[in-house]
Amino acid sequence: MMATLREAKVGTTVKVKALRGEGATKRRIMDMGITKGTELHIRKVAPLGDPIELTIRGYELSLRKADAEFIDVE
Amino acid sequence: MAIRIALAGNPNSGKTTLFNGLTGSNQYVGNWPGVTVEKKEGKLKSNKQVEIVDLPGIYSLSPYTLEEVVAREYLIKERPEAILNIVDGSNLERNLYLTTQLLELGIPVVVAINMIDIVNKQGDKIDITKLSHKLGCPIVEISALKGTGITQAADKAVEIAQAQKAAEAVHRFDERVEVAIAAIEAAIGAKVNSESKRWYATKLFEKDEKVQAELALAADIKAGVENAIAECEKIMDDDAESIIASERYAVIADILKDSYRKQNKGSLTTSDKIDQVLTNRFLALPIFAIVMTLVYYISVTTVGTWATDWANEGVFGDGWHLVGGVAFEEATGEYEELIAQRDAYIEAAGDAGIDTEALQATLEEEEPSAEVIASFTEEAKNKDISAVAVIENEDGEVEKEIPVGAAEFAVSLEAIEPDPAEFGVWVPGVPVLVEGALDSMGVADWLKSLILDGIIAGVGAVLGFVPQLLILFIFLAFLEGCGYMARVAFIMDRVFRKFGLSGKSFIPMLISTGCGIPGVMASRTIESQRDRRMTIMTTTFMPCGAKLPVIALIAGALFGGEWWVSPSAYFIGIFAVVASGIILKKTKLFEGDPAPFVMELPAYHLPPVGNILRSMWERGSSFIKKAGTVILLSSIVIWILSRLGWVEGQFGYLEDTQLDSSILAAFGNAVAWMFIPLGFGDWKSAVATVVGLVAKENVVGTLGILYGYAEVSEEGNEIWEQFASNYTVVSGYAFLVFNLLCAPCFAAIGAIKREMNNAKWTWIAIAYQTVLAYVAALWIYQIGNLIVFGTFGIGTVVAIVTVIGFLYLLFRSHKTAENR
Repeated sequence: MMATLREAKVGTTVKVKALRGEGATKRRIMDMGITKGTELHIRKVAPLGDPIELTIRGYELSLRKADAEFIDVE
Repeated sequence: MAIRIALAGNPNSGKTTLFNGLTGSNQYVGNWPGVTVEKKEGKLKSNKQVEIVDLPGIYSLSPYTLEEVVAREYLIKERPEAILNIVDGSNLERNLYLTTQLLELGIPVVVAINMIDIVNKQGDKIDITKLSHKLGCPIVEISALKGTGITQAADKAVEIAQAQKAAEAVHRFDERVEVAIAAIEAAIGAKVNSESKRWYATKLFEKDEKVQAELALAADIKAGVENAIAECEKIMDDDAESIIASERYAVIADILKDSYRKQNKGSLTTSDKIDQVLTNRFLALPIFAIVMTLVYYISVTTVGTWATDWANEGVFGDGWHLVGGVAFEEATGEYEELIAQRDAYIEAAGDAGIDTEALQATLEEEEPSAEVIASFTEEAKNKDISAVAVIENEDGEVEKEIPVGAAEFAVSLEAIEPDPAEFGVWVPGVPVLVEGALDSMGVADWLKSLILDGIIAGVGAVLGFVPQLLILFIFLAFLEGCGYMARVAFIMDRVFRKFGLSGKSFIPMLISTGCGIPGVMASRTIESQRDRRMTIMTTTFMPCGAKLPVIALIAGALFGGEWWVSPSAYFIGIFAVVASGIILKKTKLFEGDPAPFVMELPAYHLPPVGNILRSMWERGSSFIKKAGTVILLSSIVIWILSRLGWVEGQFGYLEDTQLDSSILAAFGNAVAWMFIPLGFGDWKSAVATVVGLVAKENVVGTLGILYGYAEVSEEGNEIWEQFASNYTVVSGYAFLVFNLLCAPCFAAIGAIKREMNNAKWTWIAIAYQTVLAYVAALWIYQIGNLIVFGTFGIGTVVAIVTVIGFLYLLFRSHKTAENR
């Protein structure tokens, strides 16, 4: 089933299927290592509900939910 | 020939520590031309011929962020002789992403794998020989923190710089991408030199606009390039930029496959455990509150206040005690008690009908006449005068009451004012020393006043903040260095991004309630230029310590000390910040993509003490330099305006109390009409507001002088009555709001100029603040009058129209990347 990273549950590990959007934010996301086929572990959500914290390629990355919506995962 | 080595690497890779280790104290800190990105250069400790240029910490060489563009431009345009690429060994995969791009530039590269001690401790294995072979460049293992291997890394960089052997990127992408890149390389031909051909071809493939503009390819060549890209995009079913990013990570995965073994660890690292607590769903906010309270309490309330008091009242005041201060204070207390007894007795005598004028006059003299005292004492004794001296503490509460009779009065007459120089080690203040020197040179009064009241008082008021700033900078450097600052942004982002600010804006706002200068300077920790500018523009809306006397004056004189006046000032400050954020982020000024909040949360670690102290010193000295010049000039200007004027038809130098004859007063008269719609169109208020630009605490003192008092208490109790007769509740509150929100003091403007590093933006900030202050005060006065007194006029209409305009700006929708 296709879903975006925004909907992914905390504590799960998902695989990046596709990146939508364009421009600086998308490039930044890719530069930080979120590319097609990468495994992401959703570690936690910030105390106020946004942003989220991911473990990716062995380090911690935070991402807003609004941006996570542009990442399709499975 | 001098050799330039560029130091490149990801943020949090230990780049600063390595740079400090390599250059020691031979550093020069500045800015990259035209931008607020810090530029550091230094000479190699072991070889002064070698210059190290510290590039901003970056993750990639994309054309999107300011830091990346600065680094790119330097590498392409200046072409340093070698690049020393520092790589975090515990995070190889992402760090090598930048390395693959650096290798394509055709500049010799040395990779320094940092934190090798941690890598080894965790049991991870890096096969340096294999990795070096696969990357096509020399690799050195270092620990920047412990200083191991850094000399070898520098030597290696010098060696390859001298050999002039450019790195040739040996990594290859997917065959289908390589075909397209080869086609582009062939198409651009001799347009670029062969060494950097791959860089340009790859960037053209990515459709990098900056490179496209730089090369300005002819239409037919451009078409050829576009064809090659389109074909590849079709085969790979992705856009060109994504293809390259994915390919880079694929190449890295391939390189690391047989040169890197990560120990499979089931247990959490110490950093993970710390993070579980610090960003815990329930604990994060309380811990955040505690950390912030601590920072505020120490750097603003306690240690910060002591430091500022010492600097302002000691170094730039009368002087201070190196030792023996306590004894002096006790002696002063005793002396003041005696004087209080004496005065109480004299007053009681006066009330009983004894003439005390002669006595009081002689007591003021250096050698009081014994005759006058004796006759008074005699008369008082006959009338059996007795009194009670009331001793109050600093808060105006009665501490004790001492009955005074003839005997106590006799004792009190012997009281001698203690001389601070006789207690312990007394260090005279700068003004005292300078005054002495000027006196001995026989300098004219006006020049003495210019130097003492103008320059030293003005500059001293600013330098007085430096100790407090340094304390705050230590905290900031620590919070940044240990990794908590990134978590602050993580925790607070949700709240602040609604106002166009960053989660890290919280700290500048908090600090600004103490003093706006460190507040503005604390904005340095915000990476995004847009968020930083917004924070700088709005942070001084928070009422700082120097505005408290103004609040106290209004609350005391007009509101009978109502409890809500002071909190309301803070609410107005917060409201101004929030509303400004929402309005400004929709304007052209802040248009465009907001900086993406895609942020690394680095592992926690203790930052080296050297780094913290260096960071503290760099920020402190840059404040002194930049702010100092602004202050010096403005202090002189204000002094001239307030000390020169017309007395009895003659233009000349004025005494302290003749402020009402000054040019400044004339200026106040000339501009007072502008404040009529705000309810305080008298020249005294205008002058007080202008003088407030030197330092906000001067507002009350200046009003005191203008109302005819040489000196008033901090809150101006003496002038409350006169003040109340000139103002209504509404106009007084409008005066308060205008002074709270308008341009801050010159010192803070200097800090704004320092942090904006741009004259235009400094003026925008000041103009915006002043306009907002004007409009807010207008509303308070006009709408306040309508509600309180039921007056309605043209001003009321203007106020209502501007309110509507304001609401429109606040609630209009706007299209940015945020709501794509």
